[in-house]
Amino acid sequence: MSGAEKIAVKVTDVVPLNDLVTRFKFERTDGGLLPTFSGGAHTVVEMNDGGITRLNPYSLMSDPMDQSAYTISVRRDDEGRGGSLFMHKQVKVGDEMVISYPVNLFSLDLRARKHLFIAGGIGITPFLAQVKQLERFNGNWELHYSCRSEALGSYVGELTDHHPNETHIYYDDQKQMIDLAHLLDGQPLGTHVYVCGPKGMIDWVRKTAAAEGWPREAIHYEEFLAPQPGKPFEVKLAISNKIIQVGESESLLEAMEREGVDAPYLCRGGACGQCETDVIDYSGNFIHRDHWLDDAEHSSGKKIMPCVSRFEGKTLVLDR
Amino acid sequence: MTIQFNDETFRDDYSFYNSDRAIKRFPFPFHEDSYMYSVNMEQHRGGPVDSIYEKRFDVDEHYLSEMRDRAMVLADDPLRCQSLPHMTLAGWDLLELIMVSKSEDYPDLFELHRDGNKWRWINKPMGIDDTFTFLDEATLPYGPMEYITRQAQGDFAVLDQRDDNLWMDAGMITTQADWSLDFDLGMNFFEWHAPVPLAHEKGIFIRALKFLLNIQQGAPARRLNWTMTVNPLLDTSPENYHKWGVQKTEIAPENLGSKQHLRVELQTFFRLPRSNALVFPIRCYLCSFQDLMTVPKWGRRLHRVIRDLPEELATYKGFIDNRPMMLDYLSKFDDGQPTSDGIWPDLETEPALKK
Repeated sequence: MSGAEKIAVKVTDVVPLNDLVTRFKFERTDGGLLPTFSGGAHTVVEMNDGGITRLNPYSLMSDPMDQSAYTISVRRDDEGRGGSLFMHKQVKVGDEMVISYPVNLFSLDLRARKHLFIAGGIGITPFLAQVKQLERFNGNWELHYSCRSEALGSYVGELTDHHPNETHIYYDDQKQMIDLAHLLDGQPLGTHVYVCGPKGMIDWVRKTAAAEGWPREAIHYEEFLAPQPGKPFEVKLAISNKIIQVGESESLLEAMEREGVDAPYLCRGGACGQCETDVIDYSGNFIHRDHWLDDAEHSSGKKIMPCVSRFEGKTLVLDR
Repeated sequence: MTIQFNDETFRDDYSFYNSDRAIKRFPFPFHEDSYMYSVNMEQHRGGPVDSIYEKRFDVDEHYLSEMRDRAMVLADDPLRCQSLPHMTLAGWDLLELIMVSKSEDYPDLFELHRDGNKWRWINKPMGIDDTFTFLDEATLPYGPMEYITRQAQGDFAVLDQRDDNLWMDAGMITTQADWSLDFDLGMNFFEWHAPVPLAHEKGIFIRALKFLLNIQQGAPARRLNWTMTVNPLLDTSPENYHKWGVQKTEIAPENLGSKQHLRVELQTFFRLPRSNALVFPIRCYLCSFQDLMTVPKWGRRLHRVIRDLPEELATYKGFIDNRPMMLDYLSKFDDGQPTSDGIWPDLETEPALKK
C-alpha cells in the first residue's frame, strides 16, 4: 500500500479568511482523538472531484497537542488543476473526507538555540503549528512573514496580537522587504532558519545564507508543488507491462494509479522522495519540477519523480 | 491470559530458563535453510495469537527478572542510559507509546488513567503506582525515557531525524549484542553501522536508511536479527567484555547444548509523534541449543545455516572459533529431510528426527 495511514474525518468548520485563503477544520468521523503530531507536519487530503481522485498535501496549522481537531488553510489557485478550487467551492461543513496521518518533512531541529522562521504568503501555515509547539516549551523563536497586502495577510492579526515581540510583518504592496542579509548577520550561534513560501523566496534564503557561510544543515525549507498541467504523453511501465497515457491535467503518478499500478508516494509535492522512479529508456525531454533529485540526477536521464514531473517526447520506459 | 513470571538470573549462576510455551513462541530467525543480510522489513501490526509479534511490546515470563537485571547494570554503569538535551520530548513520546500500548494490550497487568496532563500509571507486576504530570520531568523519579524503559523489556535506541539521516541521540542499552551507547552516542546511521561486514558493499544500509526515514506515524515496522551468546547473558556489552568474552572458551561438547544460546532480536521501529524522532526497540530473546533441538524443523535448519554461513559473518557474530564444535552438536539433529518455509515451528506437520 502506498501513502501514509488514512483517517476518516468530517468537516466541522469552513472559514473564508480573505479573497484567496479558506480554513478547514476536520474532526474524526468516529468521534475519537486524532494523533498528535510535530510542528511542520502535513496531511494529504483526498478529494473526490467528479470521479477524479485528487490527493493534495496541506500543512497542519493547529496546535500539535490538540487531538480534537486538525485545521488546514487552503490558498485558491485559479490556474491549477482544481484541487484547491474543489476545496474552496465544493467542500462544506458536514462533508465526510479522508485524510492521511501526519507526515513531517519540515521538522524543527530541536537542538537549535533559536528558530528563525521566514514565511511567504500561504507558507505561514506550518509555522503556526511550530509556534504553538515552541510556546509550550518556552522555545526561542522569531518570525518574518511577507504577504502581498494587508487584505491578504492570513493570520497576521492573530500573530501580532499574541506574539508582538516575535512577529515581523512585511507587505509587498507597501514595498516592505525582509532585510535578509542583515537579519541573518545578527543571529546568535546555534540559530536554525526555516523558510516556507514560493520557490523564489526559498532560493533567495538558501543562497543568501550560503553566501554568508551558514552551515547547510541549519537552513530548512519546504515547498509543496502542485503538479502542473502539460502536454499529454505516453509511458511504458516495464514491471507492470502496461502502456499508459498521461492526460493534460493529470500527473504521471495519478495516471499510474488510475491504471491500477501500485506506485509508492507520500507527499505528492516533489519533496519526500518516496515516488522516485528509475528510467529504463527514453527519447525526448524531461520536465523535472521536484526538489528531491539534484541537478546531476535531473540531467542524467535516469530518474523521475512522477508526482510532479512530466515528459515530452517519443519514448519513456519506467521501472515500475 | 495470565503470565507466570520466572524468578531467574542472567549472570553468575545463570538460572534463566524457557518454559515450553516460551520455546514454542521463540522467534526463530531463519525462514529458509540459509542466511544472508537483507533489509527484511515488514509492517509491525500484530501476528499469530500468542506469538511475539502479537502485541506492540511483547511482555513474557522473563519480564521481572529482565527488569531486575537492567537495574543492576544501571547501578554499575549509569552511562548505559543517556539522552542528549534535545531528546527529552522524544522521551515523553516513548513513555506515552509504551504506556498506551501496554495498558491496551495487557489490561490485567498495566493501567493508564489520563485526566488532561495528570496521568496515573499502574504497573502491577512491578508494584508501581505513580501519578505524574505529562511533559513535566520534575514529577517523575527519572527522565521520561529512563522511567519507562526501566519497566519495558528490550533495549531502546531513540533516534533523532534530521539532514536525511538518523542520529543515535538517546537510548537505554543494557541487553545489547556487543555495542555501546556511550561510544555510539551522537553518531549517525552510517557511522554506528561502520563495523558491520558485507552489508555496506551490498548497499543494504543505504536502502535500510531510506526505509527508516520514511516510517510514518501509525505504521510501525519490524525485523529479526540474530547472533550467538554463550550462557544466557543479557548484558554482552563491550564495557564488560573482559567478564563475558572469556566464557566463550568454556564451551565443551558435553555442555554446549545447555550453554550455547541463539540470541534473537526483535527489532521494531515506531515514528514518535511530537518529536518526529524514531524509536528503535531491540528486544532480546535467548534460547539454548538443547531447547531449540526440541523442534525438529529448527534442529535441521540451524545446522544448515550455521554450516553454510560466510566466514566474515561467523567472525563478526563472534562464534567462528566455536563453529566446528557447534556443527558437531547440531549435525546430530539434521537427518537431511527437507524443511518447510517460514520461521514457525510447525510441530504438527514437520516429521520427527530420523535416527
